[in-house]
Order: sequence, then C-alpha cells, then structure tokens
Amino acid sequence: MTTPEPVVSWETDFDVLSPEYVADPFVIWDRLRTTCPVAHTDRRRSSWLPTTYADVVDLAHDIEHFSSLEISVIPFNGAPEREPVLAYGLPPISADPPLHTWTRRLLLPWFSHRKVQEYEPMTRSLCVELIDGFVGLGSADAARDYAQQIPVRVIASILGVPSELSDTFTGWVRDVLEFADDPERRRHGAEGLVDFFVAEVARRASEPGDDLLSDLLHSEVDGHPVEESVVLGVAALVLIAGVDTTWSAIGSSLWHLANHAGDRALLAGDPEAMPLALEELLRAYSPVTMARVVTEDIEFAGCPMKAGDKVLMNFPAANRDPAVFEDADRVVLDRQLNRHVAFGSGIHRCAGSNLARMELRVALEEWLRRIPEFRLADGAEVTWAGGQVRGPRRLPVVFEGARTGLP
Amino acid sequence: MRIRVDPDTCQGHARCYGLAPELFDVDDYGLSTVVGDGTVPAGLEDKARLAIANCPEFAVEEID
Repeated sequence: MTTPEPVVSWETDFDVLSPEYVADPFVIWDRLRTTCPVAHTDRRRSSWLPTTYADVVDLAHDIEHFSSLEISVIPFNGAPEREPVLAYGLPPISADPPLHTWTRRLLLPWFSHRKVQEYEPMTRSLCVELIDGFVGLGSADAARDYAQQIPVRVIASILGVPSELSDTFTGWVRDVLEFADDPERRRHGAEGLVDFFVAEVARRASEPGDDLLSDLLHSEVDGHPVEESVVLGVAALVLIAGVDTTWSAIGSSLWHLANHAGDRALLAGDPEAMPLALEELLRAYSPVTMARVVTEDIEFAGCPMKAGDKVLMNFPAANRDPAVFEDADRVVLDRQLNRHVAFGSGIHRCAGSNLARMELRVALEEWLRRIPEFRLADGAEVTWAGGQVRGPRRLPVVFEGARTGLP
Repeated sequence: MRIRVDPDTCQGHARCYGLAPELFDVDDYGLSTVVGDGTVPAGLEDKARLAIANCPEFAVEEID
C-alpha cells in the first residue's frame, strides 16, 4: 500500500488510512468534535466523518437517506464494491430492507444467545490449546499467536468449513478489509472468498451438514429456496465480519491490559468484574467503522451532503464522545452508564454481537487465568491496522510466573 | 417498579439480558422481553435501572 499524502486539515481533508489516524485517532476525534463535528474529505471520493454520538446514532437510524448498499470505508479506486457473482452484495450488512430483513432473519438464530452457548466449550479449548503453545516460552505475540487465531476457527466451525484453512481465510479477510486500498490485494481476497464458497456450496449438494452454510442452502423464504448468490453473499459476510473484528477487540483488550497493571490485577483477581469490563473495553477500543452511501442530496448537521457521497459510521468516535460518556478517554472497567454502540445502532446492529462477546470474554478469561501478569516486551514494536477495523497486528508481550499447567 | 421493552425499538443488543438475566429474556432473533409482567422483584431495582441506562436503543423503560 502506498503511503497517503500527509493530512493538512483534518476538518476538510481527513484520511482514515493515514498513519497518524491509524496510530491514534482519539486525539483527532477530540479535536474535530470541537472544530468540525462532521469532517469532510475529497480523497478517493467525497466522504463525511461524524465524530459525535448523537450524529452517528441519527445517521444509523435514517436508513432512507443513508443506505447500506456501499459499506466499505475505503472506496475501491472507482472499482465497484460488489463482486459480479455476488449480485446482492453481502446481505444483510450491505442491504437495505426488504432484502436486509429476511436475510438477517436467516442468520440471527445461528448467533442467538442460546446458540452461542453451544460454541463456548470449543472456544475455550481452542484458547487453552493456543496458550499451551507459548506459555512456557515466557513471551508471545498476543495478536498473532493468540487473538488472530481464535475467531477465525470458531467461525469456520459454525460455517462448516475446514478450520485448517484458517490462515488462508485470515489472508483473504485482511485483503478485503485491511488492504482494500490496494486493488490487487482486494481482488485476490474477494476472488479467493467467492471461489471458495462456490466450491463449498457445490460440495453441500451431495454432502449436506449440520452447519450454517447447509442451513442457508436448504432454507426457504416465502416458499422459495434462497438464491445461490444470496447464500454466497451471506456466507462470505459471516467469514469477513466474524474474523477481523473480534480478533481486533481481543488484541486491543490485551494491549490495554498489558499497559495497565491496575486493570490487569482487577480482572485477573475478580471474575465478577468481567461483564462490565468487557463492555468498557468494547466502548473504548471499538474496532469497527462502517459506511453508508447518501441516497439523495440532503443537509445533515449543517453539511451539504450529495447523493453518492459516503458517510463513515464512526461508532468508535461516538463511543469516546464526552457529551455522553464521563471521562470518555479513560478506561473505567466498572463503568455503570455505558450505552456504547460498538456493535452499531439501529437495524444493522451486529448480528454476531453475542458471539463476539463470548469470544472476547473466553479469550480474556483463559489468558488471565494462565498469564495473570504480563507486559509489553522491551522495545516492542506494536503495529496497528485501521480504516474499517482497528486493532493491533503485532503485540509482543512477555510474562513471568505464568501457569504452564492447568490448575 | 415495573418495566417493559419496546419491541419496535429493541434491536437485539442484549445488554439488558446481560446485566439482569433475572428480569429479561431474549428470543432466537435477539428480541428482548421482560420476564412475567415486568414487575421488578424487591432487591432487583438497581439491576433494572442499570438495564434501562445501558440500552443503546432506549428500548427499556420504567412504566410504573
């Protein structure tokens, strides 16, 4: 990826891919809320960046003027966002009602609170196995060796696709999300995903299984089977949305705990602190920014938005808005008032939020049980991905006195 | 104290259920409902208030 031109004015020329923004967007949002709460850029394509909770929530609820037909925060250099074979995009996330509504109903029971409990034992043994692999070494890359390895395997199991391919899946997902600005990588990832699911769908014609993909293929809506291009889109969405996002949330949480001894000790010592702490970590380090496309010229918050403009659904900035959250830039693990929108707001609330919460909780519980004391390695070079999904990609930590065996 | 969940506003964040599983239920589509007629048993008022204060959609409300 080429390094973008330096940003001269965040108000009129913002760039969510600039190294400054990826490394520390928080100071930029704090400033924009004062100087220009909805910033604009003409880089790549005319786009708007809201930074207040009220504006982000209002935008998310106005589905008439802000459509989900184009959800990438990184316009693809003029290339269409949809793969030709995915005529319906990635429903329900890249759909408006009515397509959104019925495809979402197909998906939700697989991620219900009750269903997610069934995935918990598998998630826990996976975490234990990963920790076994490095706990005796005294150091690990908490992003690459741990966080990155968890959600992809859980989601592969739900979809009924081989978890041995998890590195391949991770590569494709990074290509389409993290490297979307690079046409070749994006194409490589998108084609890899589509070709893979076309083959998996064909295989299920003769070998149906008890998995999400088989269920989609055999579902009927209003008496008709679901079109294959819809099935492909939903399946690709589950993989894309289920991998990078939760991995980033786990990584950011471990990054925070590596840097904050008090919070680390509190969570390691008091399992009952976990429910509120999870929500606070989700608020403070919300990984996901989405986008909408403006359907007709409209003035929003005093800004003249044109049909075709993009609006970035800046949920992470909304969650740092001091007008809604006291001491918004501080992590308060037992925060009582926490109406955060890390999983979005309105009809597109993350369909996998129950799964993401379970994975984040189990990943932190298992890590803290075995490695209650850890810190960043001396001279550690932590690297972050940003844009659509923000989280650490390299997170070298060291630990002493870890529990190498199971207690 | 009595509470309700507005079914038109609830989007399935499940924050209420997470904070107060004694007071709420969630269905397979994520929709939350109150247990029984929404009357909050004595001693659980604080949990009910926490659920109201944390719903991102303002779907949980006190009705009397």
